[in-house]
Amino acid sequence: MTELSLRGLTKRFGAMTAVDDVSLDIPEGRFVCLLGPSGCGKTTLLRLIAGLEAPSSGAVLVAGRDQTDTPAHKRDFGMVFQSLALFPHLSVAENVAYPLAIRGVDRATRRNRAAELLQMVRLPDLGDRRIHQLSGGQRQRVAIARGLAINPRVFLLDEPLSALDANLREHMQMELRQLQQRLGVTTVVVTHDQKEALTMADILILMDGGRVQQVGAPMELYRDPANAFVAGFIGNTNLLRGHLRGREMAVAGTTLTLDDGDRIKAPDGPAILSVRPEDTRIAARGVPARVTFLRDLGESVQVVMDMDGTEVTALFAPRDRPDVSLGDSVHLAFEPGRRVVLPA
Amino acid sequence: MSAHRATPAWLALIPAAWLAVFFLIPFAIMLSVSVAHRVPGGFFEPGFEIDSYARLMTPFFGRILMTSVAVAAGAAAICVVLAFPFTVILAGMRARGQTLVLVVLLAVLSLSEVIIGFSLSTLLSRTAGVGNLLAWAGLIAEPRAYTPGLFALMLGLCYLGLPYAVLVLYPPVSRLDPELGEAARIMGASPLRVFWTVTVPVLRAPIAGAFVLVFVFTLGAYLLPQLLGRPRHWTLSVHITDQAIFQSNLPFAAAMAVVLLLVSLALVGVSLLLGRGGARA
Repeated sequence: MTELSLRGLTKRFGAMTAVDDVSLDIPEGRFVCLLGPSGCGKTTLLRLIAGLEAPSSGAVLVAGRDQTDTPAHKRDFGMVFQSLALFPHLSVAENVAYPLAIRGVDRATRRNRAAELLQMVRLPDLGDRRIHQLSGGQRQRVAIARGLAINPRVFLLDEPLSALDANLREHMQMELRQLQQRLGVTTVVVTHDQKEALTMADILILMDGGRVQQVGAPMELYRDPANAFVAGFIGNTNLLRGHLRGREMAVAGTTLTLDDGDRIKAPDGPAILSVRPEDTRIAARGVPARVTFLRDLGESVQVVMDMDGTEVTALFAPRDRPDVSLGDSVHLAFEPGRRVVLPA
Repeated sequence: MSAHRATPAWLALIPAAWLAVFFLIPFAIMLSVSVAHRVPGGFFEPGFEIDSYARLMTPFFGRILMTSVAVAAGAAAICVVLAFPFTVILAGMRARGQTLVLVVLLAVLSLSEVIIGFSLSTLLSRTAGVGNLLAWAGLIAEPRAYTPGLFALMLGLCYLGLPYAVLVLYPPVSRLDPELGEAARIMGASPLRVFWTVTVPVLRAPIAGAFVLVFVFTLGAYLLPQLLGRPRHWTLSVHITDQAIFQSNLPFAAAMAVVLLLVSLALVGVSLLLGRGGARA
């Protein structure tokens, strides 16, 4: 069942269009990541969903009902802000129980529910603390517990882990994902970190320039990108300019014949071939290139080459380490079935 | 290795010295004058007697002290109640609008108490005041004077104190994280409840600070009560002026000043404690 629907959602700030005609259907209980570079409109889109901004046009539907004109405080959503926005004048338990207090829930029920929520985010016995007495990770958990206090229809998070250090962030990503799976709450997280998005999301929504570039499962976006932006943003890729004609792709003077498994998403004419570094091979025959950089990363070996002015990266497992050194002339081959031809 | 050295300890002596020279020594002089022996019709001779303090311990002066505190606290409360929502709205305005309002407020500060007092007494008079305007508009039957009286006095004190309250509140209010209010709204609080359950409690310490500043400031006002108030609204500051300048009774004036200082210090302490407690409790 579709829980959250966006219909032609658009937000303009003066001459700038922050969110441009976004339509989406998010099924109930899914974990959705809004991913994109900074300034791509993902936070504005989240604020439109939350009701903190009024759209210039379009509609927000929750379980089929139009909520576009419902003020933020009547939507029964939960939200975690980038700054966490915990209340310094309230204790941890009072923070968590704030949405219940606003709804007139009695003191005893509030106390029990706060204890239950703090237990859920693994912070029992901290209810009487002040916010400033907590560590960054603990504050994070308090904000998550508070956002879930009323069992919201939709749980929104705006770059919730950006203030944490790398180790803690990875840990919290897993924890947040597990918590969401246990509760089954429809969740939308804004992030600019693709690894974070890949860790947590059922559905990735990749945005750029206020528009949705592609929607799908993380691996779908990785394997089958809709355009060069998606291919370049999700993971690393080599983007090679060339010319497509039928199943023939000409790259740097060499013609490659595309396979059945390869994806052709461009019309005949100028096109871009996208190949992941791990699908790039050094072979006896292929596109000529010259080795410009080599480095051992322990778990893998990275070879950077210059192919007619374009930088191409190949990644090898240590035991497949090619016998090349700096300045060598080599030939490149691309794994059949893993090649994607994208519109130029 | 850091090129910076720790702040030398003797540096702390500078503010201490300033405090001693400009506050403690004058206060000690005032204290010694307050226990000096008054020479009627003349000045005073050094001595130690508590006659001046004894004279203060009468219901008459007790009432004056209460009036002073009540007038100043009232003005401070009105200023804070007006200034707080004003500042919240101000902080939400565009940068240019904010600058304009702040410049106007600072301009008001350049007016002296005398000018404000005389302007208001003219503005509130029967012959040339707003009474004429109201009568002309048909709101009242005939022009009347609004001065002297408590209303005029409060108006004057608030006019004086409001810019200070706004200037004290402005920095913390403009630094307030807007996400706090937005978080409260998402959690179900209407804008009015956000104001009462988040904005006001989070800013409790600055609110107490603004109250204390206007309170202390208006407690020392001695021109406005004479210009705009009736004699029963005269504050201790007015009586201190009266005793020191017109009655030439410096020991008694000094005794009143000492008592006023102690009372206001105590009240400032209590208010700050309440404000800080609010931030923690």
